[in-house]
Amino acid sequence: MFKTFDPIKNKTFRVMDNEGKVTAANAKWMPELTDEQILKAYKDMLFARKADLMTVNYQRQGRIYTYPPNYGQEAISGAVAQVMREDDWLVPAFRELGAYLAKGATLQEMFMYFMGYEDGSLFKNAKNFVPISVPIASQLVHAAGIGYEIKYNKKDQVVYTFVGDGGTSEGEFHEALNFAAVWDAPVVFIIQNNQYGISTPVGLQTKTQNLAVKAVAYGMEGIKVDGNDFFAMTKAMQEASEHARSGKGPILIEAVTYRKGAHTTSDDPTKYRTKEEEQKWDKTDPLDRFKKYLIEKKLWSDKEEEKILPEYKKEIDRHFVAAENYGEYPLDDVFKFLYTDMPDNLKSQQVEHERYLKWKEGK
Amino acid sequence: MKKVMNMVNAINQGLEIKLEQDKAVIVYGEDVGVEGGVFRVTEGLQKKFGKERVFDSPLAEAGIAGTAVGMAMAGLKPVIEMQFSGFSYPAFNQLISHVSRMQNRSRGNFKMPFVMRMPYGGGINALEHHSESMEAIWGHIPGLKVVIPSTPHDAKGLMISAIESNDPVIFLEPKRIYRAIKQEVNEDHFTVPIGKAKVVSPGKDITVVAYGALIREVQKAAALAKKEGIDVEIIDLRSIYPIDRETIASSVMKTGRILTVHEAPASFGVASEISQIAIEEAFLHLEAPPKRLTGFDTIVPLPKGEHHYAITGDKIFYEIMRTVKY
Repeated sequence: MFKTFDPIKNKTFRVMDNEGKVTAANAKWMPELTDEQILKAYKDMLFARKADLMTVNYQRQGRIYTYPPNYGQEAISGAVAQVMREDDWLVPAFRELGAYLAKGATLQEMFMYFMGYEDGSLFKNAKNFVPISVPIASQLVHAAGIGYEIKYNKKDQVVYTFVGDGGTSEGEFHEALNFAAVWDAPVVFIIQNNQYGISTPVGLQTKTQNLAVKAVAYGMEGIKVDGNDFFAMTKAMQEASEHARSGKGPILIEAVTYRKGAHTTSDDPTKYRTKEEEQKWDKTDPLDRFKKYLIEKKLWSDKEEEKILPEYKKEIDRHFVAAENYGEYPLDDVFKFLYTDMPDNLKSQQVEHERYLKWKEGK
Repeated sequence: MKKVMNMVNAINQGLEIKLEQDKAVIVYGEDVGVEGGVFRVTEGLQKKFGKERVFDSPLAEAGIAGTAVGMAMAGLKPVIEMQFSGFSYPAFNQLISHVSRMQNRSRGNFKMPFVMRMPYGGGINALEHHSESMEAIWGHIPGLKVVIPSTPHDAKGLMISAIESNDPVIFLEPKRIYRAIKQEVNEDHFTVPIGKAKVVSPGKDITVVAYGALIREVQKAAALAKKEGIDVEIIDLRSIYPIDRETIASSVMKTGRILTVHEAPASFGVASEISQIAIEEAFLHLEAPPKRLTGFDTIVPLPKGEHHYAITGDKIFYEIMRTVKY
């Protein structure tokens, strides 16, 4: 597959067209999934989209701080969810909500993080999920290091890690690919090429015709995939996971998608892109395509969707309210996690501050 | 001609004047071109001066700083932006290994007219890495100058001075007050000297040194102190390096007491420097140990916990009274 869709020839791996059709010629590229798995994947993506859109609304209502929307990119996380095992590692950037939920993180935790609680990074039910990494591309080298440990201890695990198109310009992106390749580390690097790094189009980030081709220089396989095609993404993830798990080393997947929302809720995309461009990409929407496929196969209907969305809304609201009611942020929490053994001078800073608080109360 | 403007407008105008006057000035960084920067500090400049002089770079801080070193060596005057100071660290190697050393290494053959702008500081309910005040890191590197304005006027004057300087300047912008303070600013070319502090308001009982967004909080504290009959002299440091020893020394000789306030962590910070200057220059005038009120030696908490960390006027007032009553 990686030979067939050679990034040097600028090939794109695509299985399902914008109308949700899989041609006979493409049937051989369909991922191995049961109808039940396919339907669950769609519903999970739908849930993630609903949660994402609602989060933007909560932000507009002033109930949550800055949030980076996932809108339009749901198939990428949806595909990772099909292959990621409980023991596998997830090393995120910050725009992969569906993958977090698949790993076992809860919406409440996600909301808490973006409300400004570090406790939102506790991930009580998610194994091997590291906290969100805000400095662009800096997490990729961690993924390579985790991959080294997996090889070192001969574990049956794979690391999934994410970066955006802008992040491929950072030195650490290149260093991570190089380390992982030199070590044959079991890491699947996923570039969510959503066309923009904030306002900067991908064409200003690189002169190469695609991003997957960057794998070639590091001696590893790379593939460009239609990131809005759930089936292509899942097939690519299946092959990549198998490749990594069997000791053949890392893989670079460029998932071509479009950030339908803003970079974050602080950003205004009308400053740098046109309505026409947005409409053009709308035709490739990952959920619309997927739904057309399901309706054609009689696995899903608009009616069922209308019925389920209010249930999703209720559940999302429940998580949100739980996050809102999480309670006070104690002073202790500012100090107590920084070191395993807190140095005395840090303790005395806390004591000094408490003395001030006492004075303030007595005023 | 004077015009009412905020700090964003003022820095923008400083950049515009230098772009106009000097063909060697080049402005770039992530999203600074089409979008005009995430805080709009460079808004309109690409339109006016073109994509060769004001542009969006690839997303790579080390590359932005390193290419600016090359440009400066070749005779250009790059003004680069780090989108947030918390994202500047990939560029740290270039700063500590080259930017700060090139003049010395080349025995003055290569000048380093290099300006690195970046928003810093807390108080805006931001995500991780968007709230820190790490000015001491830059101040600790021999060969760099570090400035922090607290008003639109000073921001513009310091920006022009920074661009006109042959020395590399780290220009830290207190983002909390980007738009919060408006004042009349001269629209023409003017400079504010690097390395010179400003006495914001004179007083006789205690010297309070601060900079950036905390000047406002110190003013609140001084008003509270006034009610208690305490007369506070406020010094706006403006330059972290070089530090204006003379202004600090003459103030402490007069007041006998000094408190330095900053958002940055305490240890190895600017306040320690100021206290040491007071000891060295005015030891026999001191009526109390030089005091500091700073952020904790911790990470700035995410928004739900940031109030614990914030330096408020009330807390400054508390420290003023403790120092006065010592």
